[in-house]
Amino acid sequence: MITLALESGATATPEAVLFWFLAPLAVLSALGMLLVKKAVHSALLLAWVMVTLAIFYIAQDALFLGIVQVVVYTGAVMMLFLFILMLVGVDSSDSLVETIKGQRATAITAAVGVGGLLISLISRAVQAKPAVGLKDLEIVGNVQSIATELFTKYVWAFEVVSALLITAALGAMVLAHSQKPIARNLQRDKSIARFRGASLATAAGLPSSGVYSRHNAVDVPALLPDGTPAPSSISATLNARGNMIDSKLFELELKEEEEN
Amino acid sequence: MKISELLGTDPGWIITVKALFIFVLCVLLTLVAIWGERRLVARMQQRLGPNRVGPFGLVQGLADGVKLALKEDLIPKAADRIVFVIAPIISVTACFLAFAVIPMTGVVNLFGHETAMQLTDIPVGVLYILAAASFGVYGIVLAGWSSGSTYPLLGGLRSSAQVISYEVAMGLSLVAVFIYSGSMSTSAIVEAQHDWWFAVVLFPSFVIYMISMVGETNRAPFDLAEAEGELVGGFHTEYSSLKFALFFLAEYVNIIGVSALATTLFLGGYHALPGLTFTEQWWGGWFTMIWFLAKVIAFFFIFVWLRGTLPRLRYDQFMKFGWKVLIPVSLLWILIVATLRVLSQQNTSRAVTLAFASGVVVLILAGTSLYERSQKKSKAENAIGDIPQPSFPVPQIPSQRAEQLHG
Repeated sequence: MITLALESGATATPEAVLFWFLAPLAVLSALGMLLVKKAVHSALLLAWVMVTLAIFYIAQDALFLGIVQVVVYTGAVMMLFLFILMLVGVDSSDSLVETIKGQRATAITAAVGVGGLLISLISRAVQAKPAVGLKDLEIVGNVQSIATELFTKYVWAFEVVSALLITAALGAMVLAHSQKPIARNLQRDKSIARFRGASLATAAGLPSSGVYSRHNAVDVPALLPDGTPAPSSISATLNARGNMIDSKLFELELKEEEEN
Repeated sequence: MKISELLGTDPGWIITVKALFIFVLCVLLTLVAIWGERRLVARMQQRLGPNRVGPFGLVQGLADGVKLALKEDLIPKAADRIVFVIAPIISVTACFLAFAVIPMTGVVNLFGHETAMQLTDIPVGVLYILAAASFGVYGIVLAGWSSGSTYPLLGGLRSSAQVISYEVAMGLSLVAVFIYSGSMSTSAIVEAQHDWWFAVVLFPSFVIYMISMVGETNRAPFDLAEAEGELVGGFHTEYSSLKFALFFLAEYVNIIGVSALATTLFLGGYHALPGLTFTEQWWGGWFTMIWFLAKVIAFFFIFVWLRGTLPRLRYDQFMKFGWKVLIPVSLLWILIVATLRVLSQQNTSRAVTLAFASGVVVLILAGTSLYERSQKKSKAENAIGDIPQPSFPVPQIPSQRAEQLHG
């Protein structure tokens, strides 16, 4: 198709230079996408293929299409894909063991079938028709003519596709959203519970071990302002094990020191 | 002659000169911006800021740049070498791309050639800027991933999630501008603001754009991607020397880029302030660039001001704010703008338009008052009642103290 256009002289020289520079790159990175081992690398190569396609669109006067290709596919779709790849097993390479019987053969047949279908459809649509540039077809401009087509001739298809996408998004949200059997006890909940409890005694939190005591070790209970030890300042685990040291011990030492 | 036609007549060398000019302008503005930011933040924090290198410390940025370039360039062993090197290049390339469609002056004389200081004018100029921004995200994500360590990966994921979600809000805020100006080309949007700036006409869009531009550039108070208390340095933790300098440059050029876009879309671009339009003819039209730069620098000042004033948000609050507040509000606003636009295009009587506008106002007032009432109710229900005081003294609960004060 492009060679035809070249022969008929419809392609301007800069565009031809661009094409012969970028097309091999695009094909190479498309091949690389299949052959590269790391999943992130192949995602990157796919993103590059999309960018080159966008450049081709722009070179052929489909400015809007090219830029939307970058915004939607390279910017959003590929980025989300990359996201998932990074979160799920950064370095895991795909295992090549077939889990479903005959999967490889079926996949290859289906791929060849789809490819053949696409080639035949496109060639049928293109053959026996002279190549006409977008510039000659459009009078009002790129955006306006796409808008007119989309919102008049194809409005039904457009609405159906958008309904489909919304349904898919809702479905994904329903599937991903799980109600937790037990509510998470967050910082805020704990804080509310402290003030709504029976007493305000613990509203400011439990006393930490060793306060007012001679020792600040975790197993020495804090002393309250009136001098009595506060067992609530010791971790419940230590308490259960019986690993609590009586703070009286240190009080005696204090008195002895004062006497000396 | 329209700007796009005028730019079409540019010979190759003029285009080269303009591209070079954009590059030099961006780098110079970055140097000045770094200095300005440090001095301004210092002033807000009762300090002096850099004042040793050059007059008023003006060349501090240059000195730091030279120092940065002479540092050792490290690539961690766990890093993916190729991607690690490509990432900062992608970041820097993408941020310069956006400047190609920003109109910086009106019609001027450049080396004897009549043109406008704008590299190219395409009918989908603003979309092109969004495309460049979404391409720039790759730099951040890849930097985070290729560093091969945890904090950069988390920082990269955070900042890309942030940029993508705030780009949605930004794109939606731009829709109202497209509807009003009837075009997506930057120069046409500037011309459409001849009578009224869109910052006035489309004030809600302007506010949403301002918020989302801070979110998109990963700046304080939305700089969660490099929250040093949580993530060390975020995506660029492992970068050093020139590669780090490239990220630094990209960040500042990005800030200048979104400021320039805000100027173009909402503040009348290179046009003078209302009442001073005679200045646009000075210096053969070149004075318009002063206006453009003044507006961009004003936006940059707002960035610095925000950084000096606001504490950093928590990540979940930040994402909630983007998706649950900014996006719904801008969708509603687009509906209102589109309806008003259709009404004015179909030449409906002024009474219908007024009725629609007042209906919207009444609905908003009703909604807010209902919300306030429910807030009051839940507050009254949740008020802390009489709880027995413990044997030791504790500070009073603020609500109870207020009751006592007011009797």
